[in-house]
Amino acid sequence: METREEQDQQVHDWQRDIFAVFRDAGVGHVGYVPDGGHKGLIRLCEDDTDTATTVLTTEEEGIGLAAGLALGGIRTALLMQSSGVGNCVNMFSLAESCRFPLLLLVTMRGEWAEFIPWQVPMGSRTEAVLKTMGFDVFRARRADEVRGQTAAALDQAYFSNRMAALLLSQELIGRKNWSK
Amino acid sequence: MLERRELVRSLLEDRGEMLVVAGLGSPVYDVAAAGDHPLNFYTWGAMGSAAMIGLGLALARPDRPVAVFTGDGEMLMGMGAFATIAQHRPPNLAVVVLDNGQYAETGMQTTATGHGTDLAAVARGCGLGGAYTFASEDGIEPLRREIHARRETSVVVAKIASGDVPRTLPLKDGVEIKSRFVSALAA
Repeated sequence: METREEQDQQVHDWQRDIFAVFRDAGVGHVGYVPDGGHKGLIRLCEDDTDTATTVLTTEEEGIGLAAGLALGGIRTALLMQSSGVGNCVNMFSLAESCRFPLLLLVTMRGEWAEFIPWQVPMGSRTEAVLKTMGFDVFRARRADEVRGQTAAALDQAYFSNRMAALLLSQELIGRKNWSK
Repeated sequence: MLERRELVRSLLEDRGEMLVVAGLGSPVYDVAAAGDHPLNFYTWGAMGSAAMIGLGLALARPDRPVAVFTGDGEMLMGMGAFATIAQHRPPNLAVVVLDNGQYAETGMQTTATGHGTDLAAVARGCGLGGAYTFASEDGIEPLRREIHARRETSVVVAKIASGDVPRTLPLKDGVEIKSRFVSALAA
């Protein structure tokens, strides 16, 4: 088991920045299908008593969850990997048809030093799929961009009742270690 | 076997504070036929989402009973929702699956429940231990009271008679459905 201290060291500063934006904006619920790139942020959300969390069996469940929470006045963010965007495509029709605010934070695979070729088909087309489905797409490639881009995507979703996605680039997350 | 219109109408009698989510297809028509209401959230697409919308709503408004009416076809598409609901087990959430073993909207093709899948057993296996199936009118009034009592998450598979019933078409515009719902809930 990892010690608490070791776990804390695995939370990146840019993940703390995302969490700070969530807290400032009053995000009350975070739904996710885990990804290694979201690990630290998931930890922060789960440890916070003001943030409810739901681990989803598939990403598309999150679109319905966010809609129900929005009907009841709760702000939501959904965390997923780029492959999960593909699982959601028809479900996005719920958010678009009802003009629900929807915020996705997507950790990218398949587009930068990818080790698993099976990640490439979805990862290389995630941005195009989101745009085709009507999302406003934001991107963070460097750690110092994350806070601003998260706030921009969140405001776009909640001020303008839009579907907004922030793509967190693979070069930001770093290479996955396949040697262990 | 239950008659779907009578079942839904009876469960929505004296609905009081109840918030309703209707899954696409026949459940939407059943809920609309029982009487349009601003606190009905009708879905016309996004198949598989009704139970999850209900979960979100139940978590956001623990002070209100939330009833989801959905069909066996839609519930089969989103069975993982049972596992996700079981994480939270909101006591104010009821998921009523109107199960005729058929896809009524598309020509009465047999669903997996028609081939033997037991959705109540699936829900129990996902951690919703109280899930049950009923097919008798004697079960309607206890279920209606159960929904209002908000004591535990209810998952109920109601065996309804096969065959189609006339469509009753409520609002279709999603923005209007949402805005009307949100305004009524805030009032």
